[in-house]
Formats: sequence, C-alpha cells, structure tokens
Amino acid sequence: MANREPMVAIGRALRSFLATVSSLIWLLLDMISEMADHMRRGRLPFRRSVFFAQTERAGLNSVPLVAMVSFFLGLTMALLTGYQLRTFGTERLVPGLITIAFWRELGPLMTSVIIAARIGASYTAELGTMTVSEEVEAIDAMGLGPLRFLVAPRLVALVLLMPSLVVASNLAALFGTYLICAFSFNISLPVFADLVREALILKDVVQGMLKAILFGLLIALIACYRGLTVQGGAAGVGTATTSSVVSSITTVIGFDTFINMLQVNAPQ
Amino acid sequence: MSALVELEDVVLRFGPKTVLDGVSLQVSPGERLVVMGQSGGGKSTLLRLILGILKPTSGRVIFDGTEISRLPRRQLNEMRQRIGMVYQYSALISSLTVRENLALPLEELTDTPADEIDEKIRSMLTAVDMEGSEDKLPAELSGGMRKRIGLARALVMQPELMLYDEPSAGLDPVVSSVIDELIIRTSEENQSAGIIVTHEMDSAFRIGTRMAMLYQGRIIADDVPEKFRQSTNPVVAQFVSGSTEGPIGEGRTAP
Repeated sequence: MANREPMVAIGRALRSFLATVSSLIWLLLDMISEMADHMRRGRLPFRRSVFFAQTERAGLNSVPLVAMVSFFLGLTMALLTGYQLRTFGTERLVPGLITIAFWRELGPLMTSVIIAARIGASYTAELGTMTVSEEVEAIDAMGLGPLRFLVAPRLVALVLLMPSLVVASNLAALFGTYLICAFSFNISLPVFADLVREALILKDVVQGMLKAILFGLLIALIACYRGLTVQGGAAGVGTATTSSVVSSITTVIGFDTFINMLQVNAPQ
Repeated sequence: MSALVELEDVVLRFGPKTVLDGVSLQVSPGERLVVMGQSGGGKSTLLRLILGILKPTSGRVIFDGTEISRLPRRQLNEMRQRIGMVYQYSALISSLTVRENLALPLEELTDTPADEIDEKIRSMLTAVDMEGSEDKLPAELSGGMRKRIGLARALVMQPELMLYDEPSAGLDPVVSSVIDELIIRTSEENQSAGIIVTHEMDSAFRIGTRMAMLYQGRIIADDVPEKFRQSTNPVVAQFVSGSTEGPIGEGRTAP
C-alpha cells in the first residue's frame, strides 16, 4: 500500500491554514460589527486615549528604528550598485534606482518586517497575557466587546500609521543614498534631487502606500489573533509571539510577491 | 418567586469529552446558590454558559425569560450588563488603575456624568473597605485586595445576578471571611441573585442559601445548607467531610 502520510500531513496543514485564514476574516468582521454596534449608540468606536497611545507606540516610537535600518540599507545599496555601475560610467543611475526600489518595494517591505518584529510581537504578547489572565474574558463578560476595545485601536493605529512610516523609511534610505552619491560619486544635491524627481512616478508612490496599508492590516490582524488565541500560560504566550512574528513576515512577503506577479502579468 | 436564571437540561461537550451532562438549575432573586464539585468538574464552565461565553451543546440557559444561547451579540452584551462576574484571580485590567477599572463599564456602557462616576466609585470602594486605593495598579495590590476590587467592579453596574468563581480560593481565613461577608452583605442590600462556585466548605456554608453538588457532569444534590450537610448521598457526604474514602476517590483512581 502506498505511503499516504505525506498527503495526510499536507491535508492537515492545508486545513489548518484555511481555518486560520477564515478566523482572521471573522476577527475583522466581528471587530467591525462590534464597532458599528457601539457607534449606533452614539459613541466613539473605541477609546480615544487608547488609540492615541497606540499611534504613539506603533508610529512615533517606531520612526527611529525604521529610519536607521532604511538609512543603512539605502547607503549599502547605493554603495554596491554605484561601484558596479561606475565600471560602465552610469553611476548617475543610482539615485533613480534606489528611489524606485524603495518607493515601490523595499520601503513597505522593510517597514513591515521591522513593525512585525517590534509592534506585532508586542501586540501578541500583550493580548496573550491578557487572555491567559482572563482579562479579555472579563471585558467580554462586562459586555464591552473585546475586539472593539482591544483590537480595533491597535489595528486602526497601525493601518493609519504604516504609510507615514514607509515615507520615513524611504526618505531615510534616500538620505543614505545621497551621502554615498555625494562623497563617492561626486553627485551634487541639486543633481541628486533632479535624478530622484525623474525616477519618482505617482504610480509607484500610490502602490507603495497601498502596500503599506495592506501590510499594516495583515500584521495587526495576525498579531491580535495570535494573542487572543493563546493557550497554555506563559509558555503559550512565548510560542504565540514567535509564531506571530514568523507568520506576519511570511504573509507580508507572500502578499508582496503575489502583488508583484499580478503587476508583471497585468496587460500594459 | 419566578427564577431569574434557569438552566434546562444543559449538555456541554468539548469534542469527545462531556463536561455537563443534563444540568438543570434555577436561581431566584435574593437567593445565593453555592455550586460545589471537584476541580475540573465543570463548575466554572457553568458560569461561562450563563454569561453566554460558551454555548451549550444542547439544552437551554435562560436569564429573565430570555434564552441566552440564542441571543445575537448586541442583545447578549446588553444582557451581560445585568450580570456581574467575580473571577478567581480577579481579572482586573492590569494596565488600568483601580479607579479606571471600576469606571470602565460605567464610561463605556452608560451616559453617567464623570462626577457621578467618581461618587459611585468612592462608595463602591467604601463598600469593599478599599478607600484610598483609586490610583493603585492591580499589581500593587495583594490577592485579597484584588478580589475586593474585582467584587466592586462587578457590583458597579448594580447587576441582578452575581457570579463568583472561587471567591475565597487562595486567601487566608480572615480575608476569606471578609470576602464572604461582602458577598452576603451586597447580595442582601441589592436583593441580587448569586451563584457561587467554590469547594471551600466553610465559605460555602456561610454564604449559601442553597447548595448544589455537581458530580460527573450532573447535579446530584440541590438543597438548603442544613439538609445538604446531612445528606446521605455518599458523594455529597464524602465531599462535605473531606474524607479520602468514598466514591469520589474511586472515580479518581478508575482506569
């Protein structure tokens, strides 16, 4: 009899994947429904103070890390590509190349990876600890709506802040690129600015911003879902946090690849 | 007096495991029903069914004439505002101060003005002997203090039904008695019904106006404390006496 174990394992993995995807969709729909219920009573969908605390934590406090990583990445890319292009005398292509790469692709992607590790992990750990200590259940038992109260301010803050973080990432990368262009390839600031402006097209900017919003939504959803479904005490919180970061980064890269494939195959 | 909360032949299964196997109970306003039973026997699950956090596999859970398990979320949340729950480990929101914890349901669910909320919180804290703790975080409080704040939070919406999950577990006898007295006093003052899950015998007999024993997913005894204490049912008698000899021990060692 043929060995069916691999097929069974694939089937189980697929079932688990589909169950998680449907749970994420239900989480989002339930959250919207809880917010709508609350708004129908003439109230704000969630606490303003919690929302602003989350925007500060996810947005403002993430700027230094996002900017620093992007700055060094821009610097390194400019250095590597610049030295290769100089052999053909085309180092003036560097600003345009980095501009397109970051605004279209690397800005949203790098920012998402950093945010998944920094903010997604903290969302999962925080909600996971609250789940384990029955705080989430207590919020539910009081009729407050835990998705509206806990998930909504985190998710909305991240979705709204991601485009700004991506802009910060792109600008930091361009600053790094400019330093290399200025000191290694003698490209002055006005020329650098002209080359960036020529390369920068609205479509790339819009695409990058839409990606940022989508990736922010995915990270927040996965992180909150993992936190709310923690089982098994402190060890469970640790496992869920790791799983949250891995799932978020994998999902973001998967979606990014899928979007790029759609774009390449789309009729011009 | 008609029942405020009623469980009709409730069955609850988690996969192949039957946790509750045809539980029927009634609690009227002013009554305090103590539900006793072994650890992991489904007592806390019973409270979660009444709150609508869990849905029964079959049977009905009725609160004030409305079947909870059939309610859409919006109505269920409105119903939950009439029920207070005190958790075993208090379940206070750890990032909020005592004041914020107590104000949470009032601010989120009612239009009570801020000064009235402050006044209500002050009177609640006085009722549980915790004046002056408004600005403390739950982590700064002892287990007994947290339990008292948990009780105050559950009472702040003046619920008609109070659910207590192991209210005196892990507390020293003096603090345990204080909590018991608070439960009795608040229940009598508000004429609210109460369901108390515990296996602390002293507390159970002190608090309860009625006592029920949950064993192997079924209610095997439901009586007033005096009769419950003298029950001839071997399971109840063993549980009350705390003896190691009897059907409960046999059940535990069974393969």
